[in-house]
Amino acid sequence: MATTAPTKVELAGLGEARVEMPGGGQATLRRLLRLRWGLGAAGILLLIVAAAALAPWIAPHDPLAVNIRHRLAPPAWMDGGSAENVLGTDQVGRDLLSRMIYGGRVSLVAGVVAVLMSATIGVLLGLGAGYFSGRIDWTIMTLVNVMLTFPFVLLALAVIAVLGPSLVNMIIVLGVAGWPIYARTVRAETLAIREREFVLAGRALGMSHLRIVFRQIVPNLVSVIVVIATLQVAQVIVLESFLSFLGLGIQPPTPAWGNMLGEGRVYMLNSWWIATFPGLAIFLTTLVINLMGNALRDWLDPHLKL
Amino acid sequence: MRRYITRQLLQLVVVVFGISVLAFAILHVLGDPVLLLLPQNAGKEEFERYRHLLGLDRPLYVQYWKFVSRAVLGDFGKSWYADTPAFALVIERMPPTIYLTFAGLVVALLISLPLGILAALKRHSWLDTLCTAVAVAGQAAPLFWLGIMMIIVFSVRLRLLPASGYGTWQNFLMPAFCLGAALAPITMRLVRSGVIEVLNMEFIKTARAKGLAEPTVVIKHAFRNVCIPVVTVLGLQFGQLLGGAIITETVFAWPGVATLTVEAIRNQDFPVVQCAVILLALLIVAVNLVVDVIVGLIDPRIHAA
Repeated sequence: MATTAPTKVELAGLGEARVEMPGGGQATLRRLLRLRWGLGAAGILLLIVAAAALAPWIAPHDPLAVNIRHRLAPPAWMDGGSAENVLGTDQVGRDLLSRMIYGGRVSLVAGVVAVLMSATIGVLLGLGAGYFSGRIDWTIMTLVNVMLTFPFVLLALAVIAVLGPSLVNMIIVLGVAGWPIYARTVRAETLAIREREFVLAGRALGMSHLRIVFRQIVPNLVSVIVVIATLQVAQVIVLESFLSFLGLGIQPPTPAWGNMLGEGRVYMLNSWWIATFPGLAIFLTTLVINLMGNALRDWLDPHLKL
Repeated sequence: MRRYITRQLLQLVVVVFGISVLAFAILHVLGDPVLLLLPQNAGKEEFERYRHLLGLDRPLYVQYWKFVSRAVLGDFGKSWYADTPAFALVIERMPPTIYLTFAGLVVALLISLPLGILAALKRHSWLDTLCTAVAVAGQAAPLFWLGIMMIIVFSVRLRLLPASGYGTWQNFLMPAFCLGAALAPITMRLVRSGVIEVLNMEFIKTARAKGLAEPTVVIKHAFRNVCIPVVTVLGLQFGQLLGGAIITETVFAWPGVATLTVEAIRNQDFPVVQCAVILLALLIVAVNLVVDVIVGLIDPRIHAA
């Protein structure tokens, strides 16, 4: 053991046998470093959220104000750009920066609400499957397999096709379709916790199943759920954007990063900025959420395999 | 081995059944086909007549049975829009999707295998750090945005590659790279951690102790063992890969199943949507099964479990 370098970080991806090394110098250092990255990411995310929340006060223009005379104006630093529209304007002369600030509202709200929905469904089903096992377990896990076989995008497309495109429908689709990942992880963890002594003790004391599940098992799952949910917010934001990009999500003129990108695509021949900046916003948001999620995982539970 | 395959096949039947129920339920439980088929100002009798004509007034399980027994024979009904069988429409668009998926897979492997192995061998070096950073960024970049950025740079600015279309090898480059770049980060990280894990194993130490040259150790002894997790993960990622292909297709106007499906959704052409969804899901299930069997063949330990 003494000769091998700390392997905890590397093994986290694949290994079955994970080596616990309390105070293993280099690994701890790397974890601390990642934590710092996570904190930085959380700071940026906070800024993005604040910008979206305070949009009416900080956006320089009305995101819906059309100004045909200034249509397709380039960003300020290019020829023909002006400080009036820092990131330029779109095809009907709306200020791109203002639309991006407002667009964050929809994306973030959709992401968080959908994740709360799918986490609730997934955790409940996962608890049921893991705690009761047997036929309930088999049914739920089969459902999980079916759902995981289906590409999420395809399912979302099919459902939106029937329900019709709108913000609410999209959130429902993303919320209802996203549960399997929680169910699978929660089930596996529950299976392990169920066998622990304190659960046995609870049974012996005559605790009800509900009480055991919610008072003894769930508290042990919080960190796992928080980590998955954080990472899922990023996934959902990307999917939401894609649906809106196709015109199947948030409908214009309401600004959302996805539908701005979709509109910008038509004009990419001459006006690259319309598609570029909303995409950058999605990219940056996803990136900081992922960094934060990874740091959170290291902090809460370095052994977590996700 | 036979028991293993039988068990997998059994599970496959269950999954296929589930998918058919899902595809059926989406149209028949969430929505009302007649409502979508007839103009909004059609009279009440008109609705009832159509409902009877299409058999929609019968119990759901009867409708489901009819749907499935036809679907098994490849009959998903006629397209409501193009007046051709939905099945023929979808099958015709299948090859481009499969080619794109395959090309994306090849690109992903070309990027991730060498980089993953190098990063693992030179752990904690600047190369390793750079690879990890690029992988983290790559995982966050939305595929459809990446595609559009590529079009802006390579088609609009540099005029090197066609922005859309199908047929020549130039058409393949951007979509394949786009899709491959989306899959590469996760594959690279897996290869890296796989190689690191294997290099720490006893038999590698033995090989080194025997005095074998480092390249021989890496290529002959380590790499084969890394293949197992990589093949497994690539198999499991196939659904994701196909999902990515769907996104890529819509960006590059690739004439595959996904473009057809999105068109069909815009036209509310449900037989086509249903057929495409089921066939794509079947494709994924089949690939997963093949991967399972291959992994079982490479690694006999697996189905001992």
